[in-house]
Amino acid sequence: MAITTSALAGTLESSDAQVLIEPRPQGVAIHLESSVYAQYGAHIEQLARDLITTLGITNATLTITDKGALDCTLKARIETAYYRALGQQHDFDWGVL
Amino acid sequence: MAVTERIRRTMIFLNTQRAALVKDAFVYQPDCVILDLEDAVAANEKDAARFQLYQTLKHVDYRGVERWVRINGLDTDLFEEDIKAAVAGGAEGIRLPKTETASDVQMVEAKVAAAEKQFQRPVGSTMLMAALESPLAIINAYEIAKSSERLMGIALSAGDYVRTLHAKRTVAGTELFGARSQMIIAARAAGVMAFDTVYTDIDNMAGFKEEVALIKNMGFDGKSLISPKQIKIAHEIFNPSAKEITHAEHVIQAVRDNGDKGVGVLTVDGKMVDIAWVEGAQRTLNLAKAAGLYKGDLA
Repeated sequence: MAITTSALAGTLESSDAQVLIEPRPQGVAIHLESSVYAQYGAHIEQLARDLITTLGITNATLTITDKGALDCTLKARIETAYYRALGQQHDFDWGVL
Repeated sequence: MAVTERIRRTMIFLNTQRAALVKDAFVYQPDCVILDLEDAVAANEKDAARFQLYQTLKHVDYRGVERWVRINGLDTDLFEEDIKAAVAGGAEGIRLPKTETASDVQMVEAKVAAAEKQFQRPVGSTMLMAALESPLAIINAYEIAKSSERLMGIALSAGDYVRTLHAKRTVAGTELFGARSQMIIAARAAGVMAFDTVYTDIDNMAGFKEEVALIKNMGFDGKSLISPKQIKIAHEIFNPSAKEITHAEHVIQAVRDNGDKGVGVLTVDGKMVDIAWVEGAQRTLNLAKAAGLYKGDLA
């Protein structure tokens, strides 16, 4: 789904990640900064791309600032940012997220 | 196993908004965690906490620690989505805040059942626990305690209870005596477990020990906690002592050995014992076994 506004989720605390999602004319771009980039950068980018596909995001720039977050937190922050950008508060498709 | 047979000496609240808190709280080895979506979470972070909850339930192995979710109040527009996330994620139970009537529990029960069907969870698998936080809730404690087959227990939440009672928190806890007494009577009459409120002065370990000992002696099964450093102490106080375990073994064995001989009253370890002692002795051994302190075959 296309987003038309920006949204932010998460924090810069240890074990967390901050995710900024912004509208983009076409396609999806991911900018990743991570305290564990050398070990997990590729893994985090792949996780983000898989989730973007699951969520059906078609045009967005994701800026992820990772502070050593587990996969579950990275997913949660991306989902939060995305649904904030959509303005959706209810009726999520739990089970496929 | 009935939902009331598991050991639940400690249940520690975790602010689900905070990634660092929920990622590995199992290392402190509480019996249960309560992943909180309610009071600990800022109003503008409720959505973030709920997504964190779902992903944590799905992907973090809590290694046998039971996972409960405290949902937002039934007077909010948040709790229904909270229930869906908790059930879809596979939480073992849901803790209802500010429960005042049996119908509160039954309303949540219906929504939990609907969520179990929607997300292909076994219907009936999600337990409920009702937090009592007002004078009306305490008056209705028995009706609440027997309101649902899913209800594992009732829990006192003293912050709001004391406020609505127009009382003040004291070190001795005098202001909670009536509520605690009524709750434990209601829980036992209904066949569910009972849990005491949190002890908020986390640097006063002597006071904490006194309070845990008090509520254990009153009959409570466990206590809600807010600090990992309270876990080990609470377990030590709730666990039966070696002397209690040995005595319980002697009671059960003596009653078994003499049951066929028509002897109704015995002397065990210097104390008079009859059949009425067996239930308590059995409970002691069951608790000791669940806590890993008893390996014998009488539990």
